Amino acid sequence: MTALFFGIGFGIVTGLRALAGWHPVLDWLIIVTVGGLIMAPIGFLAGIGGFDYWTRYALGFPTRGEDHSGHGARSWRDYFRVNTDHKVIGIQYLVTTIIFFLAGGLMAMIFRAELAKPGMQFLDNQEYNGFISVHAALMIFLFVIPAFAGLGNFVIPLMIGAPDMAFPRLNALSYWLLPIAGIMMLSSVAVPGGAFGAGWTGYAPLSVVGTNGNVWFNMGVQWAGASSIMTALNFLVTIITMRAPGMTFWRMPLLVWANFTTSLLVVLATPFIAGSQFFVMFDRLMHTNFFNFHAGGYPLGYQHIFWFYSHPAVYIMMLPGFGIASEVISVMSRKPIFGYRLMALSLCAILVLGFSVWAHHMFVSGMASWLRVPMMVTTLMIAVPTGIKVFSWLATTWEGRLNLSTPMLFALGFVSMFVIGGLSGIMLGAVPADIHVSDTYFVVAHIHYVLLGGSLFTIFAGIYYWFPKMTGRMYDERLGKLHFWLTFVGFNATFFPMHIIGVQGMPRRVSDYDPRFAGWNMFISISSFALGASFMVFVYNMVVSWRRGEPAPANPWRSMTLEWQVSSPPPIFNFDEIPQIVGGPYEYGVPGARHAVFNGARERELEEARAP
Amino acid sequence: MTVRRGSIVRLVTIGLLVGAGATAVALFIHWLPTDASKEGGRIDFVVWFTVAICIGIFSLVAAVSIYSVIKFRAPPDDDSDGPPIHGHTGLEIAWTAVPAILVTAIAIVSAIALAENGKWKANRLKVDVTAQQFAWHFAYPQYGGFTSHELRLEEGRQVELRLTALDVIHSFWVPEFRQKQDAVPGLVTHLGITPTKTGRHTVICTELCGLGHALMRSPVIVMKKADFERWARSQKKGTES
Repeated sequence: MTALFFGIGFGIVTGLRALAGWHPVLDWLIIVTVGGLIMAPIGFLAGIGGFDYWTRYALGFPTRGEDHSGHGARSWRDYFRVNTDHKVIGIQYLVTTIIFFLAGGLMAMIFRAELAKPGMQFLDNQEYNGFISVHAALMIFLFVIPAFAGLGNFVIPLMIGAPDMAFPRLNALSYWLLPIAGIMMLSSVAVPGGAFGAGWTGYAPLSVVGTNGNVWFNMGVQWAGASSIMTALNFLVTIITMRAPGMTFWRMPLLVWANFTTSLLVVLATPFIAGSQFFVMFDRLMHTNFFNFHAGGYPLGYQHIFWFYSHPAVYIMMLPGFGIASEVISVMSRKPIFGYRLMALSLCAILVLGFSVWAHHMFVSGMASWLRVPMMVTTLMIAVPTGIKVFSWLATTWEGRLNLSTPMLFALGFVSMFVIGGLSGIMLGAVPADIHVSDTYFVVAHIHYVLLGGSLFTIFAGIYYWFPKMTGRMYDERLGKLHFWLTFVGFNATFFPMHIIGVQGMPRRVSDYDPRFAGWNMFISISSFALGASFMVFVYNMVVSWRRGEPAPANPWRSMTLEWQVSSPPPIFNFDEIPQIVGGPYEYGVPGARHAVFNGARERELEEARAP
Repeated sequence: MTVRRGSIVRLVTIGLLVGAGATAVALFIHWLPTDASKEGGRIDFVVWFTVAICIGIFSLVAAVSIYSVIKFRAPPDDDSDGPPIHGHTGLEIAWTAVPAILVTAIAIVSAIALAENGKWKANRLKVDVTAQQFAWHFAYPQYGGFTSHELRLEEGRQVELRLTALDVIHSFWVPEFRQKQDAVPGLVTHLGITPTKTGRHTVICTELCGLGHALMRSPVIVMKKADFERWARSQKKGTES
């Protein structure tokens, strides 16, 4: 099917070009773009059965009764099919994103090896620019964003008492878009000229006039973006319409609030990056002039459109993590979340404010200079709801009974590392300071403190926390702690010194640097190899524990939220009876408090109370 | 929720230790390059003002985290829950209002520095800076328009750099001057620098511009007034002959 659709694309392009008299008819860049980057993925999705139901419906065939044969995993093979079970899809997402995480990380170690000494060691400039660009693109679009989608996919329906997501077939389709996007980005290395090399930010005009590999980024983002939007839509409808009876918004766990606000960010913002990438691709392939300054185009327009998505994108990459941190910290401290309402409202505040700060990425871009002060004000203001969350997590641990398990270590590590990233963000928000450190290693330090210390740590916290629920087995706790400490030390050793060299004058995205930065670069490179190695402990733990770990009980963490009230792993349709929500999700320490009761149990309790 | 005096003493001690450590890192590592411009001096003030606030916040967060992790760790056989503290209105108001006040202060200090750095002096030197893959060119319109591969400036005299690019976006930065601005094709952007001491620096490109991005450097030489005038006239005469 994939090849057939490539052929259809080939036919369309060559047919139209021949009819219109455009030569050369066999323009391979356009043929591969239409045939390979657009049509072939559609063919692939059709071939695996992703569109079957809708195609039959659209063609007027009688509806086949759903026999749930495509639902649930009875063997490992089910994980390689189009499967409508949110629990299977969640695990498909997590395994796929971890693979891309390791690929992106490997690239980072390659260019850190190149940067260990001044001078060019074994990469040329094209390869270097390609590696840094693909590294970031994979980490953002193929790891952080979809990993949170995957964790949410598994947990959210369970957490709200639903049998699945609102649109299970759409859910399956949105997963399968991801391998397409990832393979597209990776395969850009095979394009003549090399992988896309304009950074993940892909600024015009460089992304328009640079090598053809840029088209693989332009299109890869579309597939990943489509996946993201579909999932967000699914989350919104599920959370709004499928909560168990009694679960008002103010009784939802904070992970549900977090995925809800994140999904709003995704559906509103993602179309803008789609637009910006289409404009770049059209300028290259169809000779439009959106950013062609020779013909009246406006290069800065790219940056405005791009950052209008990409700033909310960083909140898309963090808000679910905030939700995970709230779940883990509350349960592992045996205390209610401090200030639950303000925690939920601060997520909403970040959602709204997140749309008003994009030009803080453009303080030195040459945009209208008056715009810098309002953008600085909104940027600094966002620190307030974020600060509320940090202080609330700390207050939650205060006078708690802390269980320093692996998920808790990652959650607490997240709080402290994210504070450092947030503070460097405040520095970047102050325009005069930003003028000095913009486009230097100070920014690289900041983004990795918030993305690695922030997003990645919460992803690990979530994976370890829900591992027993997902697999029915316990992970090895000692290996988990070892993983945390190796990663924590390696991470700080790699990225803290980058603050220093940035301020001292080392720019970013450079394949070579002034010899005065040699000492720190060698230290950073060696630390980065240690950081990379630490992830092997994680991979080993996951694989071995999934196969041979201790069988896990239904509720090893003694949590009150709904997903822990069913077996590990859960029954195929999650709940054998619909739960009734009778209280908040974090009522630890309140004698007799219940978040949910199961009607059968409730009736039995009432009967016993009535018995003479 | 009550906080006992003993725990406050311990919290403050940990906070002071962390703060001292962070301050040592801030002061004893040579972070900022030599300050060689008036605008840079104002930028450095904003940097240190913000760093001081950040060290304060970091010390507070570190103190509470470290104290909690040690003091409230449950013994392995303890399955009990903690006290059901849902919130504390006074504390929540405080930790909303205080950060809001601090970031407002940072915004005000920054806006003032930005405004000062944006003022143009009447007698300023004007240099047209053109960036291309992968070199810088400097033209001096007030001296007949001669071009140079080096940026030469006069000590104490503000220069207005009028930046543009021929192909893709580049960015002009001299770390010792702190000031930075992108050079965008199709636009002219402006940057003001008032050098305060003579010396040699390097301008580097700080916007990924292709394969030669890392190599796009040019010398910057700040000269005394008389020396600069002599150089500029000789260059001008060179183009006239």
